[in-house]
Amino acid sequence: MERQPKRTLKSPSQLVSDWASDLSAFKVVWGKAMMWIFLLSDTFIFGSFIASYASARLAASATNSWPDPAKVFALELGGREVPLLLIAIMTVVLISSSGTMAIGVYHAYGRNKRMTALFLVITALLGLTFVSMQAFEWTHLIRDLGFRPWTNPMGAPQFGSSFFMLTGFHGLHVTIGVIYLTVVAVRVLKGVYDRGSYVGVEICGLYWHFVDLVWVFIFAFFYLF
Amino acid sequence: MAHSHPGYHDHHIGPEPQSWWTKYVFSQDHKVIAFQYVLTALFVGAVGMGLSWLMRLQLGFPGKVELINPTVYYQAVTQHGMIMVIYLLTALLLGGFGNFLVPLMLGARDMAFPFVNMLSFWAYFLSVVVLLASFFVPGGATGAGWTLYPPQSILKGTPGSDWGIILMLVSLLLFIVAATMGGLNYVTTVLQLRTKGMTLMRMPLAVWGIFVATVLALLAFPALFVGGVMLLLDRTVGSSFFLPAIVQFGQQLPREGGSPLLFQHLFWYFGHPEVYIVILPAMGIVSELIAVHSRKPIFGYPMMVLSIVVIGALSFIVWAHHMYTSGMNPYFGFLFAVTTLIVAIPSAVKVYNWVLTLWRGNIHLTTPMLFAIAFLNTFLIGGLTGLLLGNVIIDFPLQDTYFVVAHFHMVMGVAAIVAIFGGIYHWFPKATGRMMNETLGKVHFWITFVGTYAMFLPMHHIGLTGVPRRYFGFENLQFIPESVRDLNVFITVVALIVGAGQLVFAYNLVHSIFWGKKVGDNPWRAATLEWQTPTPPPHGNWGDQPPPPVYRWAYDYSVPGEKEDFIPQTRPQVTAGAGGGGE
Repeated sequence: MERQPKRTLKSPSQLVSDWASDLSAFKVVWGKAMMWIFLLSDTFIFGSFIASYASARLAASATNSWPDPAKVFALELGGREVPLLLIAIMTVVLISSSGTMAIGVYHAYGRNKRMTALFLVITALLGLTFVSMQAFEWTHLIRDLGFRPWTNPMGAPQFGSSFFMLTGFHGLHVTIGVIYLTVVAVRVLKGVYDRGSYVGVEICGLYWHFVDLVWVFIFAFFYLF
Repeated sequence: MAHSHPGYHDHHIGPEPQSWWTKYVFSQDHKVIAFQYVLTALFVGAVGMGLSWLMRLQLGFPGKVELINPTVYYQAVTQHGMIMVIYLLTALLLGGFGNFLVPLMLGARDMAFPFVNMLSFWAYFLSVVVLLASFFVPGGATGAGWTLYPPQSILKGTPGSDWGIILMLVSLLLFIVAATMGGLNYVTTVLQLRTKGMTLMRMPLAVWGIFVATVLALLAFPALFVGGVMLLLDRTVGSSFFLPAIVQFGQQLPREGGSPLLFQHLFWYFGHPEVYIVILPAMGIVSELIAVHSRKPIFGYPMMVLSIVVIGALSFIVWAHHMYTSGMNPYFGFLFAVTTLIVAIPSAVKVYNWVLTLWRGNIHLTTPMLFAIAFLNTFLIGGLTGLLLGNVIIDFPLQDTYFVVAHFHMVMGVAAIVAIFGGIYHWFPKATGRMMNETLGKVHFWITFVGTYAMFLPMHHIGLTGVPRRYFGFENLQFIPESVRDLNVFITVVALIVGAGQLVFAYNLVHSIFWGKKVGDNPWRAATLEWQTPTPPPHGNWGDQPPPPVYRWAYDYSVPGEKEDFIPQTRPQVTAGAGGGGE
């Protein structure tokens, strides 16, 4: 299992010579390096999506203005409109799942098979809850409010298009993450990682934290802004 | 330092596959995957060349060929561009040369994740199948121009707006998946799988070029992916990301508020790095060829590495120079003109260094060397016209004329393809154990090289007279002088000859695989690591031995006082004395 040795601050020239040394630039297993590189690439995908959404929002005209997300995503609770209620719960669920993931990785460091698998399953269930709530939200918007990917009754058609595109692509990532977590949990229970290292759990965790982080940006830029 | 990190010695690659299917079809061996990439790309490239013939026939002899109507012409223009830039050049340089050279040159047994590498090829193969299938669907392939600008690319009236555009976009998305899977492998392999002693500053320039190009691919393709997804949604579900309110054929379309300019930004944010994704590996390959065949160390190696990295970084902040006339804010154009012209500095550094490498070298005019020199001057000529086009005020009259067509064909079309030819002639003996025929190679070279100038020099002139590109016919356009028509006939005839000349290469390739002259492990007497393995390299590249440690940089040619005029990277430094103690 790779525990990071305690690091001290290095001078830039030392950093360069370390990276440029032979064998490997980063002292981590290949899978971890590859996941980091993939996430960097994926960041650019979400970055492009969010930039496109920003451009559409800025271009929304006065006659066909951008709806107020607080109003669109409000739910009635006890006769009062509570803005962003469901979204807030979804955010809490997803961020909590990052916490359970971290606990799972902690147990993976300790090579604790059952606890690792348990927390992976909890994380996957929280992810599943998130996707289900998202499905509920989509249904609510489509059925009750008359949203369509090409138009919506609230204002600029790009509002609906961007919403379905952004949350859809993120939801796809969460769904893939749930499947990924389940596969890793099964492998943990089968003892695949006991033969070698538990680093596979940590790599899976990297992906999961990334998906959560992306949600924070979508939450901030699409719902709150 | 004694870390317990996994080095190459931990690299478990699977046992050598035994059955025909796992050995040649679903192979996880990086060399086999490289051949699959090369052959598929060459095949689809031949299709792209055939399409260029259709275009040239129409331009040279308008109306003489029954087959070509405006629809076919626009489909040919579009698919020629798309195929050549993405499915031929990108796939062949990254998928082909990247796969073959990176592990061999770095002393790795294979790519980091051979299985993902195999998936990468099959995703690419699928994207090619989808692309070719688009020719046979109702309405045919898309004819929107390779940039696929909305709104016209998805509206009725454009060829292939029914199914062609959908298949085109699906094919592109598949290609991006393939490029990402391959790219993750190349970057991880370069960063993590180098052999003992192979520091970053000892890597051959070919690996540097492929490495930086792959990083660009991983960061640039996402923008195309997003643009493609949104365009696909606009076409299929009817959203209006890119479509403003439009009246077509007297009817108001149910769209409003979208921005066509947004697609252009997304496309060129990918599209400009894409140019360097193609040219950086080509530059790397040419650096190898020039050093080996002039028996001289590459001049200014650290500057060569730095210029590759700087070109790569700059490529992300120049994209809007493709959009000067698009109606964006004029100050934007000023900014991008400045960054564009700055790219000339690292590019010029590279050209000077190549020339200085050649200077007083022991130049062997072998076929690979001829192609490398061809790269130098097509890149130079194309680069100089790029300096003109990079200025907003010069670009305005020349935008969308044949001057632009001539420019990018010289600088990234022909330059990249001659680098590829040079690379194939150079590494063919390593891949197969046989030489390609030199005489046929030289015939192929002279047809290609002279033909290039015969085609594209007149095309600059045609562009300067203001002839617009992508036009099906030029009847009744009074401003076009008679000489342009004659030149167009000339260019078409040359294009047909050059195209046919590529058959010499195809024949040479196939013939040499079976009947070429057998050679030893290192026929060019090159210093880099891939020539120090058995030929053809076995599964795992280095046999039962651990990969050899490296003691020096890749360009120890003609070292004074040495018996031979090259020193392999694997030979210990004399001063190192007890260093390594390996082989």
